[in-house]
Amino acid sequence: MTQYLLSVHTVAGEVREPMTDEEMAQSHKQIGVIEEELKSTGTWVYSGRLHEPGTATVVRVSDGETLTTDGPFAESKEHLAGFYIIEADDLDAALAWASKTAAAIHMPIEVRPFWDGSGT
Amino acid sequence: MRDVDAAPALDDAAVGRIFREESGRSIATLIRVFGDIDIAQDAVQEAFAVALARWPTSGLPPNPGGWITTTARNRAVDRLRRASRGRELEAEADRMSPAGEGRDTEAVGSMQDDRLRLIFTCCHPALSTEAQVALTLRLLGGLTTAQVAQAFLVAEPTMAQRLVRAKRKIKAARIPYRIPDDHELPDRLRPVLAVVYLTYNAGADYPGSENAVGGGLRRESIRLARLLASLMPDEPEVAGLLALLLLTESRQRARFADDGSLVLLADQNRRRWDRAMIDEGQAIVRTCLQRNRPGPYQIQAAINAVHADADAIETTDWRQIVALYDQLLACTPTPVVALNRAIAVGEIDGPATALALVEQLDLDGYHPFHATRADLLRRVGRSDEARDEYESAAATAPTAAARDFLAGRANGLVD
Repeated sequence: MTQYLLSVHTVAGEVREPMTDEEMAQSHKQIGVIEEELKSTGTWVYSGRLHEPGTATVVRVSDGETLTTDGPFAESKEHLAGFYIIEADDLDAALAWASKTAAAIHMPIEVRPFWDGSGT
Repeated sequence: MRDVDAAPALDDAAVGRIFREESGRSIATLIRVFGDIDIAQDAVQEAFAVALARWPTSGLPPNPGGWITTTARNRAVDRLRRASRGRELEAEADRMSPAGEGRDTEAVGSMQDDRLRLIFTCCHPALSTEAQVALTLRLLGGLTTAQVAQAFLVAEPTMAQRLVRAKRKIKAARIPYRIPDDHELPDRLRPVLAVVYLTYNAGADYPGSENAVGGGLRRESIRLARLLASLMPDEPEVAGLLALLLLTESRQRARFADDGSLVLLADQNRRRWDRAMIDEGQAIVRTCLQRNRPGPYQIQAAINAVHADADAIETTDWRQIVALYDQLLACTPTPVVALNRAIAVGEIDGPATALALVEQLDLDGYHPFHATRADLLRRVGRSDEARDEYESAAATAPTAAARDFLAGRANGLVD
């Protein structure tokens, strides 16, 4: 078994077709069903949705001094919006979950394996 | 008395040939046994080193491939045992029937499945196309890293790094070693067929079949296509790809003049076409037609089968070819297909009609587009524009042979 991070990224300033209330409700319902399924199959490890990048704070330690700054770490347009940590047999199984989730949230999902300590 | 003639001459080149033919099978089986590409590769490499030292004096074993697999498996177990984590792996390896000793068809079937597993892993959509091609040729095709690098015109360290990264991703992300289920097959087969086709094309512009790089790539891709066709007899596109490669390869000897320059289809000496390959390719196309589940590779094979039927460009059934291009355009609506269709239309309705179709295409920088447009401009008598266009074509041509050909055409228009 390998743990995978399924991450959802938002792109700042990207214009997307806004979802109607009905679509939004439908999407929420689908996500709920997927999360139930993740949990009942023992796949779910953890998941979370984040506040917007403007709420982030970065802490650096240099020469024993702590420097705290406002804002996200990376000056990029793309930001982590939320994630799932799942446990799956192999990449194909993880990709199948990712594709289900991507269809429900209408956003792309990055799938990345967790380092398991073996050095690979 | 020793029967000297019976023992085949075994020099490094002969062992090298056996390596290319057999190593993919051995590596595929060992990856299944040990679950690790590097262990499998190192062990097979080591087994061939033993073979190279032993076979010239002891002679070829009855089943060289089986011998390599068994030797490699034993070496890997030894090495893992020394590394003190071999015990479980050894037990696992002992459960597998060693290759070459498989007496029943089931064992043989599962070993064939190993190569299929390997190609689906190498061509997993989570890997880049470059990585897919490199892994396939290295692991299944038995090419060295240097040979793969040479084929794709990159430096050897670059190719080595590409392979290392791809193998690391397979291991870290746990890309599975399995044959996709039926419902996944259409999506998963596409990159496999594309890799084989790319491999052929990478070797197509080298003159002569004896050329080490080009000939090797074309032979390898046809061998892979044959393997896929035998492993997946129910997939019409796999058969279509094999037919397409055979029918294209049948013209290879006629595609280059003695000085290495390109000869166009219209000017080729059709007696130099390889009849055996044409017969085999056309037989596959007929089977595909009966099956009636067309796809892009089958249609392209059918187009080539029509060409193979004609003894000259003038006697070619161009209406049939245009009809096939219409069908191809319907399933793959790309400007490249439209360009080839336009050329075929030109053979029926003349160069002016073809030129009008070609002018609508957005293929700037694509060398066959410039070459075609130049040829059509020349044929409608617009020499100045034709000359400029031949120069554009020469500037984008991928090989020296193509460049020389186009430069020659451009010079021919200077009066």
